[in-house]
Amino acid sequence: MPGKTLFEKVWDTHVVSQDEGAPAVLYIDAHLIHEVTSPQAFAELRERGLPVRRPDKTFATMDHAIPTRIGVDISLWPADAATQVETLRKNCADFGVPLYDIKDEIQGIVHVIGPELGITHPGMTIVCGDSHTSTHGAFGALAFGIGTSEVGHVLASQCLMQQRAKTFAITVDGELGKGVTAKDIILAIIAKNGAGGGQGYVFEYRGSAIRGLSMANRMTVCNMSIEGGARAGMIAPDQTTFDYIQGREFAPKGERWDKAVAYWKTLYSDEDAVFDRELKLDASQLEPMVTYGTNPGQGIGISGHIPTSAEVADPAERRSLAAALEYMGLTEGQKMEGQPVDVVFIGSCTNSRMEDLREAAAIAKGRKVAGNVQALVVPGSKAVKAQAEAEGLDRIFTEAGFEWRGAGCSMCLAMNDDKAGSGKYVASTSNRNFQGRQGPGSRSLLMSPIMAAAAAVNGRVVDVREMMG
Amino acid sequence: MQPFTQLTTTALPMRRENVDTDQIIPARYLTAVTKAGMGDGLFSWWRYGRDGKPNPDFELNKPEYSGSQVLIAGRNFGSGSSREHAVWALTEYGFRAVIAPGFADIFYNNSLKNGLLPIALPEETVNMLWDLIEEEPTTTISIDLENQTVTLPDGQQMGFAIDDFRKTCLLDGLDDMGYLLAKDEGISAYEAALPY
Repeated sequence: MPGKTLFEKVWDTHVVSQDEGAPAVLYIDAHLIHEVTSPQAFAELRERGLPVRRPDKTFATMDHAIPTRIGVDISLWPADAATQVETLRKNCADFGVPLYDIKDEIQGIVHVIGPELGITHPGMTIVCGDSHTSTHGAFGALAFGIGTSEVGHVLASQCLMQQRAKTFAITVDGELGKGVTAKDIILAIIAKNGAGGGQGYVFEYRGSAIRGLSMANRMTVCNMSIEGGARAGMIAPDQTTFDYIQGREFAPKGERWDKAVAYWKTLYSDEDAVFDRELKLDASQLEPMVTYGTNPGQGIGISGHIPTSAEVADPAERRSLAAALEYMGLTEGQKMEGQPVDVVFIGSCTNSRMEDLREAAAIAKGRKVAGNVQALVVPGSKAVKAQAEAEGLDRIFTEAGFEWRGAGCSMCLAMNDDKAGSGKYVASTSNRNFQGRQGPGSRSLLMSPIMAAAAAVNGRVVDVREMMG
Repeated sequence: MQPFTQLTTTALPMRRENVDTDQIIPARYLTAVTKAGMGDGLFSWWRYGRDGKPNPDFELNKPEYSGSQVLIAGRNFGSGSSREHAVWALTEYGFRAVIAPGFADIFYNNSLKNGLLPIALPEETVNMLWDLIEEEPTTTISIDLENQTVTLPDGQQMGFAIDDFRKTCLLDGLDDMGYLLAKDEGISAYEAALPY
């Protein structure tokens, strides 16, 4: 019998039961909830008279709908956002679920605070009513987004009915060049494999370039697994992972820590494990990436050009390209280098952690945001915000002309009051370039934090490598 | 959940790939705390002009497709966000099934939990259906879940795959909650054996 993949090891230890012809009943170790996708699930529990089975394995915060302008009282919020926040407060109080409230010390984007609090461990199953739950796979957890019906199932039973996914190994070997980041790795993977290329699979990222990434950078890669069509992406845990977790609030302590680490060290794909699909990338060949279209697979290296229709053989892809360029107001064959931008957004569950802000600040330092550009920096959590302020990053950003905000999802998804205007080009460190994603009619150009910072100070897309010593 | 057994209806051809859940239901409709009302927001970027009036060029607003209960779209339908609101919007508007060459995983799952039948057919078949329906919008298609078939008026029939368990749930209108709650004993035994 061949060995097991990392996914299979985690999956197998979580199957509570599997009836003939039915999906597995999969146990969930941690359930993260937020204000947007949970109200209807709590309503269902009330209708059926059900309690939350394991409030101790459930963690709530507010991030999607909340304003991120500092010091804005809830009485001045849009009414619907205030209602969602109040509804979450009531639901958490009624059902005994711990809540990291915006008025508390600890709060932020659910996929930033989960790992920060040490909730996320290798080998866990983690779900949330949010597709970017894939982020937590960076720790060797099986973590994926679920719909609101499934949120209800997990609240009531701590389990989900799931079909086992297929496995997909993505190996990135070699050394990243100067100015090439984790964001460029994942954008390159999606550009190569397509936005739907991971349907039905769980990705496992491996290889020397992945091993060399910090936890924040690994989270950036796993975060966008969903943009590659895979519900989850995983990285085998190693010393980098253990060092990150140790000492955090929900990390195992003392003897339990040693036991946990001993177990976590068994979580890797066996050498003779067989993957259903494989893809290899050479990190040394990558360059800073920028998207030009309206799905995350429509990305190119900074020295490249937008494909021409003649270069696209597949008719569906050609149609997709034409529709995207019409919306984006871009031309086939055009380079993205030099493209003017109106708004710059540094934030989101993809790129709002300390490393991201430090790298962006190094580019912003001593420079000024171009006159016609609105630039936002939105830390992923209150902890990130406090740490960044302790390091003086907020001053670097504000002196350069960036707005410094409170923690939240902000302009990643335009369901709060941070929106880009119609027709505006947004250099964004977020994860989706869908039509209208960052505001009705907005046009997103996805890139890394340093590329976004470089775009802010130049007023156009540039090759950040030329600004680095 | 509303059961799904058989359906004969006209269909709406949507010649677009990668229709993401932000298009199906933009985030500003997600500030609701109930499921109701999502149908009004369905495809709202495309459906309404800047002035809030219906965009006559958008498929959904064309009178010849009015009342269609099946949407036929391109590859990677429902990609993006996990928002089940996308499915609630489609069902509230009146769709009972979506045909596409492929669906995003989370959307596919969410559909099955709301009685919306996602049918994956080969891209050539989807192209053929688009051509046929655009030529003759009154064309009806018949879906038979029990037998897993899609049938055209000329008798041409295509089979589709669906997991047996999910099929039974759709046919009988059952959701997962009852099944999971009945597993309580097994779940408790599993929890008792958790390592830490």
